[in-house]
Amino acid sequence: MLTKRVIPCLDVKDGRVVKGVNFVGLRDAGDPIELACRYDEQKADEVVFLDITATSDDRATTVELASHASESLHLPFCVGGGFRSVADIRRMIAAGADKVSVNSAAVANPALITEAARAFGTQAILCAIDAKQVPGNPNKWEVYVAGGRKATGLDVVEWAVEAARRGAGEILLTSMDRDGSRDGFDCALTRAVARAVDVPVIASGGVGKLEHFAQGILEGEADAVLAASVFHFGEFTIAQVKESMASYGIPVRL
Amino acid sequence: MALVLIDYHKGNIRSVERGLQAAGADVVVSDDPAVVRAADAVVLPGVGAFSDASATLRELGLMEAVRQKCAEGAPFLGICLGMHLMFAGGEEHAPVGAPAEGLGLLPGIVGRVPAEDAAGRHYKVPHVGWNSVEPASDSPDELTAALFDGIRPGEFFYFTHSFQAPDGPGTVGVTCHARSFPSAVAVPGKPQFGVQFHPEKSSDAGARLLQNFVTLTK
Repeated sequence: MLTKRVIPCLDVKDGRVVKGVNFVGLRDAGDPIELACRYDEQKADEVVFLDITATSDDRATTVELASHASESLHLPFCVGGGFRSVADIRRMIAAGADKVSVNSAAVANPALITEAARAFGTQAILCAIDAKQVPGNPNKWEVYVAGGRKATGLDVVEWAVEAARRGAGEILLTSMDRDGSRDGFDCALTRAVARAVDVPVIASGGVGKLEHFAQGILEGEADAVLAASVFHFGEFTIAQVKESMASYGIPVRL
Repeated sequence: MALVLIDYHKGNIRSVERGLQAAGADVVVSDDPAVVRAADAVVLPGVGAFSDASATLRELGLMEAVRQKCAEGAPFLGICLGMHLMFAGGEEHAPVGAPAEGLGLLPGIVGRVPAEDAAGRHYKVPHVGWNSVEPASDSPDELTAALFDGIRPGEFFYFTHSFQAPDGPGTVGVTCHARSFPSAVAVPGKPQFGVQFHPEKSSDAGARLLQNFVTLTK
């Protein structure tokens, strides 16, 4: 039986982990590879590196990071952030990334998903969506781009369906309303997208308690759950999260 | 003993290369049929689509070279799409009713992963993530037992695919998503295997499987 995945996400800038890392026993708290290796040992199912570097010049650092990650990790990993063309994606995949996630550039140019999926296979292309609830309408969410700074007018469910139709093999769905709130995933949002698309959905944004992970799967109907700070601060280990999920009857790789 | 890792220009194979090296193999990465003919063992990795890969293998002269090596009994491991290519044909990106040609080491046509189980319940496709591999038989043949030596039945491996191998005489391991499907296959009587999962991305169990394969080539 396919297990539900637990995915730590590392925000990386200029090759260093940002957002405070307070993980016990790390030699270098800013080294994304060392941190990812810890998650590998803890049986994380996958790792996401999110490149929040602003300029394309600095992106070479992230390509190098992917190369080091593919040498050091024995699990699949995804790199997200800043891809504007198939050539950008090619460079990252050639460096060793198993998957890339596209966000703003895909909204601006949906053909990027089609072309990238054709070139590298749907399994390599994730569509990341930053979603914000439309005020006064609890069952409607709008797509934001540019790191959540710019509204697009696009409906999240419609965009997810379009992205999957174009060849995105997974949807990485972040609730901007919940991100950093510690109130748990936006399960209504996650469920709306999970029911609308045939591809797996990764829930992201809002974890504060152990039971939130199980909620994302059971109430949100997500295929995978992603979190950052709760792992980096050593609040929960991957194993604790998986044991909690298992206690709710969710299949996990322990 | 040189092991050739076939590069047919379909994406990243460095993790497979490193996995095989870590298992003690002397790895040569090549797209040259002459190198394949001279090698002692062949690994065919792969991501991407069956029909594109089939066309590329033919254009590069690799289809015949690999068939010849396999006919001679050389150890072979196909990973993911490389496993699909062991079969007679595949439907991925091929015209309806005209599957693209595979190596033909095993009979049958590679088709789409079904999205519904027998009860009509819906499953996500692509099948992505860690799933368990069960032996197809309680008494596997010696070669299959050697490939899975030290790996417990039901061990988890990492999968990512939308197409799957047909069931048949070569099935040695099975996995269930919407339906049960062959996740490990073997050419009967030969040290030639295919796995649907990615051993190079499957933690310790994956490393063990690669090591077992490399041991079989020696």
